Amino acid sequence: MEITLETIVFAVLALFTTVNAVLAVTTRRILRAATYLLFVLFGTAGIYFQLNYSFLGAVQLLIYAGGITVLYVFSILLTSSEGDMAEHLKGYKLVAGLIATCLGLGVCLYITLRHDFLPSHFEHGELSVRTIGHALMSSGKFGYLLPFEVISLLLLACIVGGILIARKR
Amino acid sequence: MIHMEYYLIVSTIMMFAGIYGFVTRRNLLAILISVELILNSVDINFVVFNRFLFPGELEGFFFALFAIGVSAAETAVAIAIIINIYRNLRNIQVRNLREMKW
Repeated sequence: MEITLETIVFAVLALFTTVNAVLAVTTRRILRAATYLLFVLFGTAGIYFQLNYSFLGAVQLLIYAGGITVLYVFSILLTSSEGDMAEHLKGYKLVAGLIATCLGLGVCLYITLRHDFLPSHFEHGELSVRTIGHALMSSGKFGYLLPFEVISLLLLACIVGGILIARKR
Repeated sequence: MIHMEYYLIVSTIMMFAGIYGFVTRRNLLAILISVELILNSVDINFVVFNRFLFPGELEGFFFALFAIGVSAAETAVAIAIIINIYRNLRNIQVRNLREMKW
């Protein structure tokens, strides 16, 4: 496998994403965990950009990195006091979690790497926004009008529910 | 040319990092962050399968798009619940949540 620019970009993105994902669940400060989560989301957006799905990468940056992370940071600042650290886990709990995770990871990686996928090929080419819009708004076959409307209802219900739950009584 | 399996390795590691955090963390917000990691890894899988196996179709793309929207909704409601719990109990550690009614 020769080293091209694409390979280097992917290697950097993959390393960045996985290291930050592991750090996000092992760090003891909750605010740092949120920051590492932000880096993971940036790395994922980079992977989407590298796969030529710019629209999805932009959505990921806007909604995840822009919206959800800010929500996390605000709620962390609201709910945790200064110098708040996660307690040390008891030995057997840590060992049980580690063993379960490593077993699952090993099994999944083994199955994934042993499986022969369909002959895959990467087709370069940008997915145009016009195509996405037509697919999203058409009601025929391969149209996504119904999920679009359903998710708008879901977001409305989520707004109402969020206000109802979090308001002061 | 990068093979599809490398993307799947990245998303598998991310998924199991999320599962590890989900079973070992004791803070509700940390558990929610782990759930975000899991959702994010599944999004990567959908997009990669769509790009490599069915380049002419859009199913995986739209599934990832809607999954991002659903996870935003889920996070908003979950954080509202967590803030409400904090207001009532002054704590969001899991072991202090014996009951969910007030």
